[in-house]
Amino acid sequence: MEVGRLPISASQRGKLISAGYTTLASLSSLSPSDLARDLKIPESEAFEILKVASHDCRLDQPDKSNGIFAGAQTAWEMLHEEQSFPRITTSCADLDNILGGGINCKEVTEIGGVPGIGKTQLGIQLSVNVQIPVDFGGLGGKAVYIDTEGSFMVERALQIAEASVVDMSHYNELLRKELRTCQVEIQPTDILKNIFYFRICSYTEQIALINHLDKFILEHKDVKIVIIDSVTFHFRQDFEDLALRTRLLGGMALKLMNLANKYNLAVVIFNQVTTKHKEGSFQLSLALGDSWSHCCTNRVILYWNGDERNAHIDKSPSLKSASAPFSVTRKGIRNSASNHKRIKLM
Amino acid sequence: MANKLINQMGLPKSIANVFAARNITTAKEALSLTEFELMEVLDVSLADVTSAIARISEITCPPYQTALTLMEQRVQKEHMGGHLPTRLKGLDNALCGGIPFGVLTELVGPAGIGKTQLCLKLALLASLPTAYGGLGGRVIYIDVESKFSSKRMIEMGSKSFPDMFHTKGMAQEMAGRILVLQPASLSEFTESLQQLKISLLQNQVKLLIIDSMAALISGEYGQGPARQHLLGWHISFIKSLAEFSRIPVVVTNQVRSQTRDEACQYSFQGQSREKAVEDHTGYDSHLVAALGIHWAHAVTIRLVLDSKSGKRFIKLAKSPISPPLAFPYNITSSGITLLNDDGIELTGPEINSIHCQGHSDIINFDGERFQ
Repeated sequence: MEVGRLPISASQRGKLISAGYTTLASLSSLSPSDLARDLKIPESEAFEILKVASHDCRLDQPDKSNGIFAGAQTAWEMLHEEQSFPRITTSCADLDNILGGGINCKEVTEIGGVPGIGKTQLGIQLSVNVQIPVDFGGLGGKAVYIDTEGSFMVERALQIAEASVVDMSHYNELLRKELRTCQVEIQPTDILKNIFYFRICSYTEQIALINHLDKFILEHKDVKIVIIDSVTFHFRQDFEDLALRTRLLGGMALKLMNLANKYNLAVVIFNQVTTKHKEGSFQLSLALGDSWSHCCTNRVILYWNGDERNAHIDKSPSLKSASAPFSVTRKGIRNSASNHKRIKLM
Repeated sequence: MANKLINQMGLPKSIANVFAARNITTAKEALSLTEFELMEVLDVSLADVTSAIARISEITCPPYQTALTLMEQRVQKEHMGGHLPTRLKGLDNALCGGIPFGVLTELVGPAGIGKTQLCLKLALLASLPTAYGGLGGRVIYIDVESKFSSKRMIEMGSKSFPDMFHTKGMAQEMAGRILVLQPASLSEFTESLQQLKISLLQNQVKLLIIDSMAALISGEYGQGPARQHLLGWHISFIKSLAEFSRIPVVVTNQVRSQTRDEACQYSFQGQSREKAVEDHTGYDSHLVAALGIHWAHAVTIRLVLDSKSGKRFIKLAKSPISPPLAFPYNITSSGITLLNDDGIELTGPEINSIHCQGHSDIINFDGERFQ
């Protein structure tokens, strides 16, 4: 392994190479004072370099006797863990079905669709649903809502929260007649209190916030979902340098994925659509380009199918490609059952 | 906050100096680089870079609010909880009180359907004294197509609020609060937008109307990336105007006929494509909003005005607040009035379609389509 790969500053690397230390092996038997003398640097700095080098060395050659890398998990453990975590319901049973029970924690899910299809509504619904108490099969968590477009409506959040409280007490009456102890104690205002709302006005703020989220969630451990509505808006304008955009987006997706893993939370990203010329005709596709589409674990597209709103799983490592109808009602996102059909105009 | 200076962020002196020496002065510049690039450029260790980035990010990112404090603030500080009532009862109910502050509301519809009528009405309502349920402030009306009519507005006013408008000098005061700008070109419009930012804060402006956005953009630019780029700037600027001054912004948009190869499907919907093309050949003319999908994503509320079988409808095509509803309306001497307040709930993309046929006093678009 080369010294060039060490995470040290450029001048230190330059000094190492010019002094002839090009491989890590050449550093392994040195004492800090030797190195300090050779490179003409303070001993403390030399000690830091050696520390970094030996750390990297160990990663390169794992301890064979143990057989397990630090931080790795076996597939069996992962399966066990996956099953033990409840998913966040979308309040639409059909949609939950194709998603395998709802939005999964530890995963980044991207949801896209044409304007007015219900992306923001779904976002608000999820930020309410994540708070369903554990007694009711929910997560009892809190939500971070990152609004880049200014389309979050508190009034709507209140409506959905009220409907969700009503649903919970219905559930209580139906299933727990004998267990009167389990009352719905949650109030709509409590639900609103647990939605942390960030209004982002530029892409720099967006990057900064995602960097900062790590610390924020450390302070607010109960956060179980991070919603970004939408990731696209600021990256779609004022960008001359597309290579820079791709790189920034990639970095952001990586950080979100780490966040999802580290704190065991769900990340939901909303995306806009754009038109794309493909096979001789124009088609709709999600914005931000091809390299972005690799960044998310799951990708769900919301679209109109005749008279119904549908959700389609476009990409997922564990779910099969499927579509399901849903509808947006006064209470929020719900099943689009045929008995639900409302009067159609003419 | 993107242009915050790094030397004001309380970083350790040595690191702050390195940033300054490499000419990285703002958060935007620092955060556009990856950690390894920064290490390379600044020539410092990874630990220093990570802690500097964390610090810069913390300072740059805006503070959070809970949805509850957000709601309480709106209710306390703002008139009517942050809504401009349209006095169309059904519509106001659906929108939780009216046109919301701080976001873009778009009116789309064919020529002569009543977009300008609705704009005039909103301008009038916003200028009414608060005692009469208005906002009691100034209105800026950007009139691109020279369609603003003071006479019509005062007519509406005196019909809807007869007792007030018959008080002497009242009409003058109301009308005096409405500033009409008539930019001749896009560059002029851009310039006045930039000036607006300052005057919005100074002049107690309570409503901004742009009638119409499409006329400005399509007048000077064809389709294509140049237009998209330009539109992008206007979108973010107008949105930020609405946001920072917390006023409702109403923008009108025109319609154009849909071209055949227009994208309305995803690639996975391949099979149903042929059917969709057939639909287009039907009698009904297909109209779509003039500014494309990018613009449509940016507006928070879209109201479609159209007519079908001789009836005019105002439809809530896009709104994060309410279900898709359509209200029949007509235009009387007192302005737009709803025929019923319950509204018809629509399923499907019907809500987005813009119809224009079978009504004698509306220009028929079918002729144009076959040319």
